[in-house]
Amino acid sequence: MHDLTLASARKALRERRLSAVELTDHFLSSIKNLDGDINSFVTVTEDQARASARAADALLATENAPSLCGIPLGIKDLFCTNGVRTTASSNILRNFVPPYESTVTSNLLADGAIFLGKMNLDEFAMGSTNMTSAFGPVTNPWRRKGSDVKLVPGGSSGGSAAAVAAGLALGTTGTDTGGSIRQPAAFCGITGIKPTYGRCSRFGTIAFASSLDQAGPMARTMEDCAIMLESMAGFDAKDSTSVDRVVPRYEDALERGVKGMKVGIPREYRPDTLPADIAALWDQGIAWLRDAGAEIVDVSLPHTKYGLPTYYIVALAEASSNLARYDGVRFGERVNADSLDELYEATRHAGFGEEVRRRILMGTYVLSSGYYDAYYLRAQKVRTLIQRDFLNAFENVDVLLTPTAPSAAFAHSERPTDPVQIYLNDIFTVPASMAGVPALSLPAGLDHDGLPLGLQLIGRYFEEETLFAAGRVMEKAAGFTHRPALHAGAIA
Amino acid sequence: MSSYHIEGSTGTWEIVVGLEVHAQVISHAKLFSGASAEYGGEPNTHVSLIDAGFPGMLPVINAECVAQAVRTGLGLNAQIHLMSRFDRKNYFYADLPQGYQISQFAHPIVGEGKVEIELADGSVRHIGVTRLHLEQDAGKSMHDQDPARSFIDLNRAGVALMEIVSEPDIRSPEEAGAYLRKLRQILRYLGTCDGNMDEGSMRADVNVSVRKAGEDYRTRCEIKNVNSIRFVMQAIEVEAQRQVEIWEAGGTVDQETRLFDHVRSETRSLRSKEDAHDYRYFPDPDLLPLLLEQDWVDGLRAALPELPEAKRARLEKTYGISRYESGVLTVEQAIADFYETVAKGSDPRLAVTWMLGDFFGALNRIGATIETSPVKAEGLMELLALITDSTINGKIAKEVLEDMFETGESASAIVERKGLRQVTDTGAIEAEIRGILQAHADKLAEYKSGKDKLFGFFVGQTMKAMKGKANPAMVNELLQKLLAE
Repeated sequence: MHDLTLASARKALRERRLSAVELTDHFLSSIKNLDGDINSFVTVTEDQARASARAADALLATENAPSLCGIPLGIKDLFCTNGVRTTASSNILRNFVPPYESTVTSNLLADGAIFLGKMNLDEFAMGSTNMTSAFGPVTNPWRRKGSDVKLVPGGSSGGSAAAVAAGLALGTTGTDTGGSIRQPAAFCGITGIKPTYGRCSRFGTIAFASSLDQAGPMARTMEDCAIMLESMAGFDAKDSTSVDRVVPRYEDALERGVKGMKVGIPREYRPDTLPADIAALWDQGIAWLRDAGAEIVDVSLPHTKYGLPTYYIVALAEASSNLARYDGVRFGERVNADSLDELYEATRHAGFGEEVRRRILMGTYVLSSGYYDAYYLRAQKVRTLIQRDFLNAFENVDVLLTPTAPSAAFAHSERPTDPVQIYLNDIFTVPASMAGVPALSLPAGLDHDGLPLGLQLIGRYFEEETLFAAGRVMEKAAGFTHRPALHAGAIA
Repeated sequence: MSSYHIEGSTGTWEIVVGLEVHAQVISHAKLFSGASAEYGGEPNTHVSLIDAGFPGMLPVINAECVAQAVRTGLGLNAQIHLMSRFDRKNYFYADLPQGYQISQFAHPIVGEGKVEIELADGSVRHIGVTRLHLEQDAGKSMHDQDPARSFIDLNRAGVALMEIVSEPDIRSPEEAGAYLRKLRQILRYLGTCDGNMDEGSMRADVNVSVRKAGEDYRTRCEIKNVNSIRFVMQAIEVEAQRQVEIWEAGGTVDQETRLFDHVRSETRSLRSKEDAHDYRYFPDPDLLPLLLEQDWVDGLRAALPELPEAKRARLEKTYGISRYESGVLTVEQAIADFYETVAKGSDPRLAVTWMLGDFFGALNRIGATIETSPVKAEGLMELLALITDSTINGKIAKEVLEDMFETGESASAIVERKGLRQVTDTGAIEAEIRGILQAHADKLAEYKSGKDKLFGFFVGQTMKAMKGKANPAMVNELLQKLLAE
């Protein structure tokens, strides 16, 4: 049971070879056994999961079982879930129980999914290591060969990635603002897709940077991600930035192949400092696609180098404003004080961790009178240039292939003390976020330490199907069957 | 042109005033949520999770509020911007749930327009409108309910406001008053704001500076949240006086925000420029730019009601009434509608005289408005018809109108019940006159000896004898004839 994919579990449930209750119990006991060492869950909703599983079994006995009926999933603790504590891994929301459901999780529930619980993340999705969580860091289930040093799972969707890698859920939801799905997917050896901005509703998802935040699935395979994304995506009148376009059956695109497809290789993604293992794997990926009939084209995205600084201006500016509502007045934690200003200061100082406070301060700074033009306004102009880079490239190619991250997972103890060094983790993922185009990461191989490395495919607006088709070709070629040190199957 | 000036010890000062009016949009729901925008209600009963700024909640623009802003822009002869954008104005306050107000800073929905005002001396001025933009209202903080705690009511949080900014074209308290009255009149005609300053659905921030003739603008002060037209006029007067005194004493006026205290009739500093918030405006990433279709705007334009100036011109032309009369009749749409109903069924001149005279007098006496008047247009029309067809004369009609206000009965019912039908029988009137001339032989003699003024005495006696019901024209005519015999 521990080697099931979402697709194979779905088949087994349909064929009644497996019940939803059995499946759910399996994951709940795996969580019990393993998650003490991983810390991927902030909250496990055991009773609700069992109740949903019983309901799913009843539905599976009929002809009316919806697409995800009986499938146990984990939900990043950034999606508000009705009646279930939603923390954003922050002390300020430590006890916050929303009386409403996010649109993405509503869609999954409507399709019969079972929620095992809420996944750990970097506080308010701000981080690339999952070490900024108020509920403790997540440990990557992978270990370096012959080492017991604990590694980061990446972030911000680190809990979501680690849980899938360790076999604690068939799939999880993530959110990606500058790489928060793709980088942890790469670090944990799983697949994750950030769809086009506007594809999934942001309603009920706690905001980090509104113009960049996008929900997406994280799972073991391309097929699993395709199944989940079809459920999560769709127009939502409650989100003015969601786009009214039909959601295709992504599964149908999986076996389209890449014959005749033009694959762009952006030269700016090969810095001198790129580790040899990653460069070699990238070349391997190029070869797989070429062998499968794709045409490889060198392209240039000249404004790539401005991606990271621009991203950190735009994202933090929006974040500084988005997080103003956590003031201790209406919900969340409050530290009482003698005056309103002191109440704000005490509440927000106690409620927010260091990285969140740093980002709020930087975001406030770049929007301040006298600095707005130099920072925010200029960043928006550069953002347009980055978008144009992609539009120009996509006139000649169908997808772009790049590494997902500039390194494999690193140890908690190796986490740089300079925040800018951490921000560099997002260097390959941020440009697609700034442009709003879809991008996925798939596990393509291991480095010399035996740690997973990911490759990234970036596509045209709303052409997730092309990404799935190309991703499936690479997935087959890579034949990535490695399992991490901590895995439900290893101890079952 | 108004000739309002302040005479100081160093010369004559002119005042420069610009107004920022916050007008609450008439709509069922709030600007970005489905919660009720109705005034009143128990605290925190008209609040959605969006208004309360809960995590993950997103704003969605209410199309009706957009239409109301466009209608208002059209009513102010202003430019409608087919592309506008919402920005966040960031500041912390307990009644501002999101920590920012969604407003339109850089790209307002309505651009330049103008408002025509008329002053007491009959002169006309045009006050420029700089812009109109849509924004959210904040909630209400209540600090007087408990010794230690403050309470927050979010019923108003998120309600749509139009901020209408004037050019610094206003030169006197009177002009400020005329501008606000005219603006309110237009908003009410359009049905886009009820203009009710008591309930706070229309409030003004007043920018005041003073200067000597020919000078550039000097430093201005902003007086926040003045909630009646009278207070706006008073605030301008005392603030301008304060500034003149400062300048003349050799000081400088500091740019600051002030409050008007109507009890002490003074303005007081609220915060100086140094303490001003840095609002860190930036485009709200939760909302797309607001794009309007020209066709849609044209449709709204075609469906606009007739506005005060156009209505005045038409009433003058159609009914032959004066500029003054048309001004009074168009103060409110309902008055004009009332008048037109009456005027169409009677003599329009007679109708305006009666409405502006006895009818309004009676309304004032009982404290009713045109909407709550116990006498409807049809009732007044019937009364005027009785005058026109000589069933009653004007004097009797006044009595009948009062009776109508008291009893709610129709004019003809009252005339019948009280037997007030006018006597037009020449024989009866002649007989009455002969009797009076006989009874007052002395007066008759005086009259005949040249005391013409006694003619009025005989008219009075005749009318009195006939209980006022005699047709006055006939009385005059017959009396002339009989006195000449």
